[in-house]
Amino acid sequence: MMTVAVTAISSPLLLHSQGPNRQLLQWKRNEKRRLPTKVAGSGVITAGFELKPPPYSLDALEPHMSRETLDYHWGKHYRTYIENLNKQIVGTDLDALSLEEVVLLSYNRGNMLPAFNNAAQAWNHEFFWESIQPGGGGKPTGELLRLIERDFGSFEEFLERFKSAAASNFGSGWTWLAYKANRLEVANAVNPLPKEEDKKLVIVKTPNAVNPLVWDYSPLLTIDTWEHAYYLDFENRRAEYINTFMEKLVSWETVNTRLEAAMVRATQREQEGTYTEEEANPDDEEPEVYLDSDIDVSEVD
Amino acid sequence: MAIRCVASRRTLAGLKETSSRLIGFRGIQTFTLPDLPYDYGALEPAISGEIMQIHHQKHHQTYVTNYNNALEQLDQAVSKGDASAVVKLQSAIKFNGAGHVNHSIFWKNLAPVKEGGGEPPKGSLGSAIDTHFGSLEGLVKKMSAEGAAVQGSGWVWLGLDKELKKLVVDTTANQDPLVTKGGSLVPLVGIDVWEHAYYLQYKNVRPEYLKNVWKVINWKYASEIYEKECN
Repeated sequence: MMTVAVTAISSPLLLHSQGPNRQLLQWKRNEKRRLPTKVAGSGVITAGFELKPPPYSLDALEPHMSRETLDYHWGKHYRTYIENLNKQIVGTDLDALSLEEVVLLSYNRGNMLPAFNNAAQAWNHEFFWESIQPGGGGKPTGELLRLIERDFGSFEEFLERFKSAAASNFGSGWTWLAYKANRLEVANAVNPLPKEEDKKLVIVKTPNAVNPLVWDYSPLLTIDTWEHAYYLDFENRRAEYINTFMEKLVSWETVNTRLEAAMVRATQREQEGTYTEEEANPDDEEPEVYLDSDIDVSEVD
Repeated sequence: MAIRCVASRRTLAGLKETSSRLIGFRGIQTFTLPDLPYDYGALEPAISGEIMQIHHQKHHQTYVTNYNNALEQLDQAVSKGDASAVVKLQSAIKFNGAGHVNHSIFWKNLAPVKEGGGEPPKGSLGSAIDTHFGSLEGLVKKMSAEGAAVQGSGWVWLGLDKELKKLVVDTTANQDPLVTKGGSLVPLVGIDVWEHAYYLQYKNVRPEYLKNVWKVINWKYASEIYEKECN
């Protein structure tokens, strides 16, 4: 799961922490938003993550995702994750890092530190707001469509599998489309002889706060299937929410941009990096690449 | 039951017992949604009628429906000797079967105020609670805190460890039953902390739901189970 990669181009932060996570970051340094550090009277330095508003107003997704939902989902749930994260990390080693760095470090190879839940949920939600847009839906185009057709057979087949994954993710969690470059299917070992076909699109289901960053995949798209994401608009009807998400909300433009960045990153790492085999870590959660489509958990009919 | 070996599948399809249905030659027992012993609105204002109706008619019904489907598929897979299919069905059986079991307990854990909901436990359970937790308030505080701390979906339980003869507070994830935390644990009170259990009324404020749910907890039922298991 962890690779040590040295790059000469831009210098993304290499983490020199005590911990095992020295992983090339996926998100630019300037995406980290920090409040200016303040020195209070007692000499205590405070800093923290700010709330990131979605790239549209809270009512812009009506009627597919109500303003009321965004008021709670963004205004309460997401806000609470950010606020609690800030309280948790202030004054600790995690305090000076970007959100992605905190996620990766606190994942701690599957033996999560207390900050993981808040950090990962903060990251996941920001990624989620940006995965959708007013007037979304439709079909992907270009290279993204080509890879979807290559790796899933057709766009319709991809859609079917993605929706079934999201519908069958029991409990709270997320379903992702991710770009998996040079990773084997087994315990996230590095592929020693990577070829073009090994850089694949995959559908992954994760529980609770976990996301595919922790396995060094590049997330491209996510749907939040925690009940709070859809309950006010759809009650228990998760399948209907998923359909609406795919037909009216998903921002293929954003997914495409993320794919381009992921492919560039993969090429960069190949060219400059020396992949080293990490020792097998039996504690890592295996990513679930979903296959089953028979059972729907949320629809009565 | 005696017609089992002779009748075809089609004639058997017409038979219905109160909570089971015969399928095929082996007469697989399937399940139906248990009725609530009170009206949907009877637990207000602690839990809204809207929530009770959706929770019972949609969520619990879906567990029952999906559990039955999974059992049917399992029956076919077992008959055909299809081991991979049998294994593949396990997670759906666990999730939906346990969802059915847990919710069946939950409806009995709740009662309208005028039928004793919220009345503190007396008798041997009351004393056991005082012994193990100091007081009922002590237990309530502990369960509420642990319920609020469950990340994602799950349940918070008061259980009896039959072997060690002591009361236990624990949480489980998703629909995992209490017995997954210890083979000798018997659930006395379970509180559903999935978001669907409170969201329409309490939104993201799960602690507020946990504060109010105690007003409709049916300690009489918990005491019955406790006394039965202790004798």
